[in-house]
Amino acid sequence: MTPIYIVAVVAAVGLVFGLLLSVASKYLAVETDPRVEEVADVLPKGQCGACGYAGCQGYAEAVVKNPDVPPNLCVPGKDAVAAAVAGLTGKAVARTEPRVASVRCAGTCDKAVHVYEYKGIQGCVSANMLHGGDKACKYGCLGFGTCVKSCPFGAMKLSPEGLPIVNAEKCTGCGKCQVVCPRGIIAMITPEAKVRVNCSSRDKGGDTRKFCSAGCVGCGACARNCPHGAIRIENNLAWVDASICVAACESPTCYAKCPTSAIKPVVFGVLPGTEDSEAPLPTRFDLKSVEQQERDEAASADRAARAAGRRGAGS
Amino acid sequence: MNEYVLVFLGAAVVNNYVLTRFLGLCIFFGVSKSLSASASMGVAVVSVMTITSVIAWAVDAWILVPLGLEFMRTIVYVVLIACFVQLLEIVVKRAMPTLYGAWGIYLLLVATNCIMLGVPLLNAEARYGFAKSVVNALGSGAGFAFALVLMAGIREKMQYADVPRSLQGLGITFIVTGLLALAFQGFSGMIPL
Repeated sequence: MTPIYIVAVVAAVGLVFGLLLSVASKYLAVETDPRVEEVADVLPKGQCGACGYAGCQGYAEAVVKNPDVPPNLCVPGKDAVAAAVAGLTGKAVARTEPRVASVRCAGTCDKAVHVYEYKGIQGCVSANMLHGGDKACKYGCLGFGTCVKSCPFGAMKLSPEGLPIVNAEKCTGCGKCQVVCPRGIIAMITPEAKVRVNCSSRDKGGDTRKFCSAGCVGCGACARNCPHGAIRIENNLAWVDASICVAACESPTCYAKCPTSAIKPVVFGVLPGTEDSEAPLPTRFDLKSVEQQERDEAASADRAARAAGRRGAGS
Repeated sequence: MNEYVLVFLGAAVVNNYVLTRFLGLCIFFGVSKSLSASASMGVAVVSVMTITSVIAWAVDAWILVPLGLEFMRTIVYVVLIACFVQLLEIVVKRAMPTLYGAWGIYLLLVATNCIMLGVPLLNAEARYGFAKSVVNALGSGAGFAFALVLMAGIREKMQYADVPRSLQGLGITFIVTGLLALAFQGFSGMIPL
């Protein structure tokens, strides 16, 4: 039982398996195109499925193997990824249209009427199944944040007022939130949009006024005030044609006459209906106590005073 | 016949490898997020474990014991498991590409799982014959799959629960696993280890 004997036996066992592996890897190998890995490296790997394929690996394989698949299907990747994929696969470059998610509802807890207190599973899909949700308006946002949880890029937050806020910088327009929303009120808009209607209610004007103080009543004041004819009223709801609005309008005047302020200029990152405020609202988890806010203000005032003092002394 | 049933039940339920012996936890926590992934992972573990146990038993009975090299078991088994799982990956990739796509990285994770090493070693220590080794391996794989699917079902429901922020994710999962293990403690002593 010398050490050499032991090592020799174990080495022999290892050698047998190694030979088996090398034979298998030679004769059972699968041909893979190396370009698939290169393309998969370039993709953002959010696995969002906006391209229509099952994850980024699926799209990489399709675009390399199938000559008909265009290289610009990756919506989150936008033009940079489209150009890279086109370069790697030798296909022609095409532009991608950037899109941002927009929640078409401004019915916060203080503006919308609730018909019952919901204590079930905290999800929009479940809440929607119980007599159409706890809001009087059957078209409005339920505010349980199913869209927020579904975003693969972390671009949405639920505000304390009960509506989701979209971070336009992180939003890649993949459309997962749109698919998940049981009410279908999330729309993909172009980032250059000037105005948007923050309501999805097809109820008649009188009913809408009863259900929510921020709803669109379908009065048509915005449509009459639009000189370019970009707004139409359909099913008691105002719809903005983005192509006309973006192309033709210099300074929008349509929203000035809205009786409920349902149509507003587009400001990304703030709660719909509060577009006039400058600072973005804090989210539920970022809310600071009043004392903490005062301490923060004192600290920043302190820093500003010290910086001014130094500048004064220096100059 | 009785002995084999006892060995199977012992490995699967009474001395469950995940909930009683606390092996294989990294896969348990990683894969149990989704029920479909857990089911396919469970099948992978059962099949790989059974075949690995057979090969390990063969190497032990025909090479290690006759040559008096039982103390080299751990090293030899590690080499054996690594090679076999790699071989399986090559074969599956060639023969069943959709299954390969479904398993993905999980197949290689199976190789690094301590259960894979634990079952053959425990088989050898208990000096099980060929039939009992196979039954033990089948039982442990089945028990692992069972625990995994249980956990996945609970975790999918927990996604809609209002978990405190500090416990979200792994925190509440560990607590639930502990509760499951506590439930399985009810079996303790029925079939001695």
